[in-house]
Amino acid sequence: MVMKVHGGVASTATMRVFATLYEKDLEFEFVPVDLRAGEHKKEPFLALNPFGQVPAFEDGDLKLFESRAITGYIAHAYADKGTPLVCEGKPMATVGVWMEVEAHQFDTLASKLQWELVYKPMFGMAMDAAVVEENEPKLAKVLDVYEARLSQSKYLGCDCFTLADLHHLPTLTNLMGTPLKKLFDARPKVSAWVADIMARPAWAKVLAMRSQK
Amino acid sequence: MAAPVKVYGPPLSTAVSRVLACLLEKDVEFQLVPVNMANGEHKKPEYLKIQPFGQVPAFQDESIAIFESRAICRYICEKHADKGNKNLYSTNPLVKASIEQWLEAEGQTYNPPSSALVFQLAFAPRMNIKQDEESIKLNDQKLSKVLDIYDQRLESSRFLAGDEFTLADLSHLPNTHYLVTVGNRGEAFSSRKNVDRWWNEISSRDSWKKVVEMQKSK
Repeated sequence: MVMKVHGGVASTATMRVFATLYEKDLEFEFVPVDLRAGEHKKEPFLALNPFGQVPAFEDGDLKLFESRAITGYIAHAYADKGTPLVCEGKPMATVGVWMEVEAHQFDTLASKLQWELVYKPMFGMAMDAAVVEENEPKLAKVLDVYEARLSQSKYLGCDCFTLADLHHLPTLTNLMGTPLKKLFDARPKVSAWVADIMARPAWAKVLAMRSQK
Repeated sequence: MAAPVKVYGPPLSTAVSRVLACLLEKDVEFQLVPVNMANGEHKKPEYLKIQPFGQVPAFQDESIAIFESRAICRYICEKHADKGNKNLYSTNPLVKASIEQWLEAEGQTYNPPSSALVFQLAFAPRMNIKQDEESIKLNDQKLSKVLDIYDQRLESSRFLAGDEFTLADLSHLPNTHYLVTVGNRGEAFSSRKNVDRWWNEISSRDSWKKVVEMQKSK
């Protein structure tokens, strides 16, 4: 039985899961959820994720929600397929640290900023300049830490590409299409890392799903 | 035998206490290293070497230095899989997936409103910072919705991830403790039958009682 991903092609959290599946060359069935119609807030979707959010995931009898729990499951369960996205032993501890950094330091700020700069314009809503003004310097400080880290390590978690890097891709791609691109471009190691991870073939496949729609 | 592991930061910090609860559950000996946050020690160059975001906790053992409380907890559980509470972070992949799902739910959905409330209700007054009434109202509403979902989940499951107390439940202890004590939000938990049962059970664990004692004495 094929793995199923319930979600949206433009949902950053769903894209995290697609990226993982493509990196590992795994077959899956995409089950679109009509977010505009609020399908994710009703049954039967709520049985898959009681928090009413995408994505939700199925692998046989296993049902999961939370994109980072899903990607972690896939990476470990299919460790021998495609790109190794996690490590064994001690290096995994540091990968784990930077996965938390993405989840708590980067994504919190990046989500607020992408909402103002990418999604609100899309929905014809007015941007709140104060939110951008407040969070842009905070993101800059986080990226200073990234710059120092990437001066010591090729990728965030270790010397190979792992989930610690991959998890950034959806929100990062959104921000790189806004004036905040300058924050990333201004930091040489960060800039090189961004270019590297965004150029991955698996990521191109995820983006291609949006144009197929 | 290895030297005690080191945890940097005050037990009063929710993130530090998350790690302490985990170490106690796993019977791993530790040494608490004070960080004088009132004096801004956590923002100084020496400390930034071990936690570049200037936050607590930081962690060291004989082989590694790491940070981020949930990453530290996972590391402790993986490294000491055979010690203490073996169900805390199961090695069975399907059970672990469920634990990870609820640990992520804690970090992504429970933590934002609960930690905002903890700051406003427990810490802001102590720091002579004016409380943000808007933020309190908004986050009370968000927390209420989350707790409704938890109550539904806990109707059919003793703990969040299944039949056993795991890292997913543990991760909720620090914020919730402040909410039901100094935060005066006990009713939000006690008014929901299954959440009430769950909270009473997890907060009665010896490990958490010890952490609360440590918070009182510092």
